[in-house]
Amino acid sequence: MMSLGIGSLGLVAIISMFMGAVVTLQTAANLSNPLLPAYLIGYATRESFLLEMAPTVMSLILAGKIGSNIASEIGTMRITEQIDALEIMGINSASYLIFPKIVAALCFIPIIVIYSMCLGILGGFIVAMYSSGMTIEDYITGLRYDFKVFSIIYAMIKTVFFAFVITSVPSYHGYYTRGGALEIGRSSTKSVVYSSIVILIINYVLTQLLLL
Amino acid sequence: MIEVKNINKSFGDKQILHDISVDFKQGEINLIIGASGSGKSVLTKCIVGLHEVDNGSIEYDGRDFTKMNFKARKTIRKEIGMLFQGSALFDSLTVEENVKFPLEMYSQKSEEEILDRVNFCLQRVDLVNINHLYPAELSGGMQKRVGIARAIALNPSYLFCDEPNSGLDPRTGIVIDNLIQEITQEYNITTIAVTHDMNSVMETGENINFIFKGKNWWNGNKEDVLKTDNEELNDFVYSSKIMQKFRNL
Repeated sequence: MMSLGIGSLGLVAIISMFMGAVVTLQTAANLSNPLLPAYLIGYATRESFLLEMAPTVMSLILAGKIGSNIASEIGTMRITEQIDALEIMGINSASYLIFPKIVAALCFIPIIVIYSMCLGILGGFIVAMYSSGMTIEDYITGLRYDFKVFSIIYAMIKTVFFAFVITSVPSYHGYYTRGGALEIGRSSTKSVVYSSIVILIINYVLTQLLLL
Repeated sequence: MIEVKNINKSFGDKQILHDISVDFKQGEINLIIGASGSGKSVLTKCIVGLHEVDNGSIEYDGRDFTKMNFKARKTIRKEIGMLFQGSALFDSLTVEENVKFPLEMYSQKSEEEILDRVNFCLQRVDLVNINHLYPAELSGGMQKRVGIARAIALNPSYLFCDEPNSGLDPRTGIVIDNLIQEITQEYNITTIAVTHDMNSVMETGENINFIFKGKNWWNGNKEDVLKTDNEELNDFVYSSKIMQKFRNL
């Protein structure tokens, strides 16, 4: 739980704040038409963070950080015979090593995603405070405009699937590592590539199923 | 006693073990020797169940391991201790936690009794005041000793040692060999050690099995190994210049 979740909070905070700030700035820069209301900036920031940035982009980032960590940790255990040592003791090594990671990710990654949503919107808020192109009132109005609770539910459903992928794909690659140090690096890279691809495919399928 | 009867093992089209039969005696160090790639590690992994054999049987005191399911094997695995070539200590656990690990998994002892047993095992291998160190903070010889302490924590009936003194200097290697010999005799364990180190063979070889091209080519003791006419074994034993000089004396 510590390495999967708490250790990622700093990285997620920095990325979310800056992404929120940039999304707000870019939306403001592109809304030059005076017929479009200024509160759309806050609305666009909220929608992009709730629907895509926090669940999908954060999961892709976590797939890189947590995924490579899991694959190299389990891969090293395989190469250095630590998994054999567990098997000799009569322990089901796959279940002993992988199951707690999946459970920890399923519990903690949704919390990280909510944390990212909050910080992304906060990043936009800070930009609204110091930028001349919009007011805080407009930004807050936009955040409240046409809010649907289903957006959060949709994000959480996606996150649960992504959390499973982020831990299970790297665990598989780590567990079946063969050879030496070079293969640990390969397993780690493969796990990040495959889990990212699977996340993107699941994202498309779930969006099709849940939003349309 | 462990009886291996007519086992064969292949990986794909490549047959590694050919009809191997061998008895490993209780209270003795049974050595499996052979050149690299001869199949000795595969044989050991088959005996402990890390690889499934294609056919044949492996009996632990009359209990056929090959016919058991995972649950039944668990009872035998509780009686097995294994020292791995690279020690295989869990990196994320301290020395104390490593030795404690099998005890917490299988013994019904209280926390205090477990700690007493951990300290006893560590003292038995001459390690004191290192309980809170991590494996990365230990020397190779100390890691091997912790590996032995973990292997004997559950009072095993069978002890497997894969290249117990590889990567160690000759002096530390002999210390580890002697320690394994003492533990084997003290607890009347069936010990099986895989090695290609002739120092080890001459130090501890009571029942030596020479594996050549996946076959049990020769067996005897440390006196026999120096007098044998077996050409392949002589090539292995007298491969170094020092041993060749020793033979010519």
